[in-house]
Amino acid sequence: MSRYFTEDHEWIDVDGDVGTVGISDYAQGALGDIVFVDVPEEGRELSKGDEAAVVESVKAASDVYAPVSGTVVEGNAQLADEPALVNSDPEGEGWFFKITLSDASELDALMDEAAYAAFVAKL
Amino acid sequence: MTINQSGWKPTSPEANEASVPATFTGNRALMLEEKLIFEIGDSETTGVDFAEGDVAGSRLGDLSRKDPIGLPGLSEPETVRHYTRLSRQNYAIDLGLFPLGSCTMKHNPRLNEKMARLPGFSDVHPLAPVDTVQGALEVIHQLAHWLVTLTGMTSVAMSPKAGAHGELCGILAIKAALEKRGEGHRKVILVPESAHGTNPATAAFAGFSVEDIPATADGRVDTDALKARLGPDVAGVMITNPNTCGLFERDLKDISDAVHAAGGYVYCDGANFNAIVGRVRPGDLGVDAMHINLHKTFSTPHGGGGPGSGPVVFSEALTPFAPLPFVEKTGEGFRLVEEENADDHHADSFGRMVAFHGQMGMFTRALTYILSHGADGLRQVAEDAVLNANYVLRSLENTLDAPFAKSGPCMHEAIFSDEGLAEGFSTIDVAKALIDEGFHPMTMYFPLVVHGAMLVEPTETESKAALDQFIGALASVAERAKAGDPSLKTAPHFAPRARLDETLAARKPVLVWKDKAA
Repeated sequence: MSRYFTEDHEWIDVDGDVGTVGISDYAQGALGDIVFVDVPEEGRELSKGDEAAVVESVKAASDVYAPVSGTVVEGNAQLADEPALVNSDPEGEGWFFKITLSDASELDALMDEAAYAAFVAKL
Repeated sequence: MTINQSGWKPTSPEANEASVPATFTGNRALMLEEKLIFEIGDSETTGVDFAEGDVAGSRLGDLSRKDPIGLPGLSEPETVRHYTRLSRQNYAIDLGLFPLGSCTMKHNPRLNEKMARLPGFSDVHPLAPVDTVQGALEVIHQLAHWLVTLTGMTSVAMSPKAGAHGELCGILAIKAALEKRGEGHRKVILVPESAHGTNPATAAFAGFSVEDIPATADGRVDTDALKARLGPDVAGVMITNPNTCGLFERDLKDISDAVHAAGGYVYCDGANFNAIVGRVRPGDLGVDAMHINLHKTFSTPHGGGGPGSGPVVFSEALTPFAPLPFVEKTGEGFRLVEEENADDHHADSFGRMVAFHGQMGMFTRALTYILSHGADGLRQVAEDAVLNANYVLRSLENTLDAPFAKSGPCMHEAIFSDEGLAEGFSTIDVAKALIDEGFHPMTMYFPLVVHGAMLVEPTETESKAALDQFIGALASVAERAKAGDPSLKTAPHFAPRARLDETLAARKPVLVWKDKAA
């Protein structure tokens, strides 16, 4: 399993042809306390870059974009009751949704963990 | 995902060390600890005693109420005291300088109130026959005349109830004009990144998609980027002038010409009209529609005891699409043009924004303000508002970081950032400490393009002495924040409440009072 990051601070773990998507630790830190998360429904077709989910902190509402194209297989239902999971475990239990990859080559344009760390360091 | 770069961080409560003894009541001298009205009068008590009715039995049958109504029963003095006590915990323009940027918290002259309370204005009903309310219609007509004259536009829709409602009115007129031209496919509205949040919300609500236009380093719209984006899919731009960085958009005429040449329309957010009233006419800058917040530029109360008022002025190009109704002068008097009929042809009007003609109380106050100031007075309003803001900017630019100080004079508001505060200190700490100093804080973390923005709009209301006191307080607090004074992190120390848990309030909001015993 390998993890990729976007410049918009989403991460995706790829296992076979299914990816798990969330927002990075840097992103949750920048947003502050998260109070609401809206995840996509199962079966929704997404193209890379589509608005896939919404995350609200006390002040800011932000869109989360699909890092790859595909079909949503599951949204993290736990986030409806416990949005704080995104703060406490952004790159684990605070995942947003799972998606089947329709074009694995889209991953090539994303950053690996080291490249993302370097990207964030420059912000 | 997109990240809010404003630097805003929510506050969590921190220990506010109590160094004073507790009191039995929880009151602290004149600072009263007020319960909710439901906790003062329970639903079993009542404030009035009615004699037993002499009608036997109820005729409501199954329709009579079965459960208690759940409203608190209070006597008149209990009710009066409750709301008077609450009002004393509030801050208002009648108490002191109110530097909330972008809001134009100016004095509400008492002459306005006297005029608005004349029975002929305060007691009219929107359904009263037109020949019984000729004076009220004349007020609306006169105010419309002055708004059109001051903005250099062609017509005005008086009915919108607030700034954002006015934005929607303007954008719907643009939409109607595009559809009339058979260009309903123009679906993109361009909005500078320093815009009020209502601008993109309005465009999206009206069915347009929104694209950001970046700002230049000196805080103005990037004209080249805007021109480069114009094309056959662009319906128009929404631009604020003066903008939310407190700067005049010098290129607006050039921008308008380019937008018009590309087939679009120019909406101007008139929230900051106070800085230019009597000096600049937006119509001369090529604006097609602009709302005017009567509660900002024309001194009607914010809130105002009912709906507000946000008239929208239109260019000649958009005038046919303006909403109904409007007041028209006839040979004998004034009448309301209400609908498309045999006498009135307004087939292109996009419809109505509200049921009636608008907010009479605000119209009377705004016209009073205009007539009591006159042309020279209104011009001086703008000049004094700009002078006061520049005095604040130049007095504090060596204490606080002022990102656009080098861009030249500001307009009606001065902007500072949190650059240079000690590690771990932010704008929120400065704002909270200003409460201890007896001031309402300035606008914080807006516009988003400035990190930790502090937006100060003193308005023309304030004297030099009042400004000096505020500048002294803000400078003192800023120096403490630069030095890392830990007592700032627990400010305010003298307010009825200190730092509320904003995160808990958002995650688990309690919106309805529930009897704890039940």
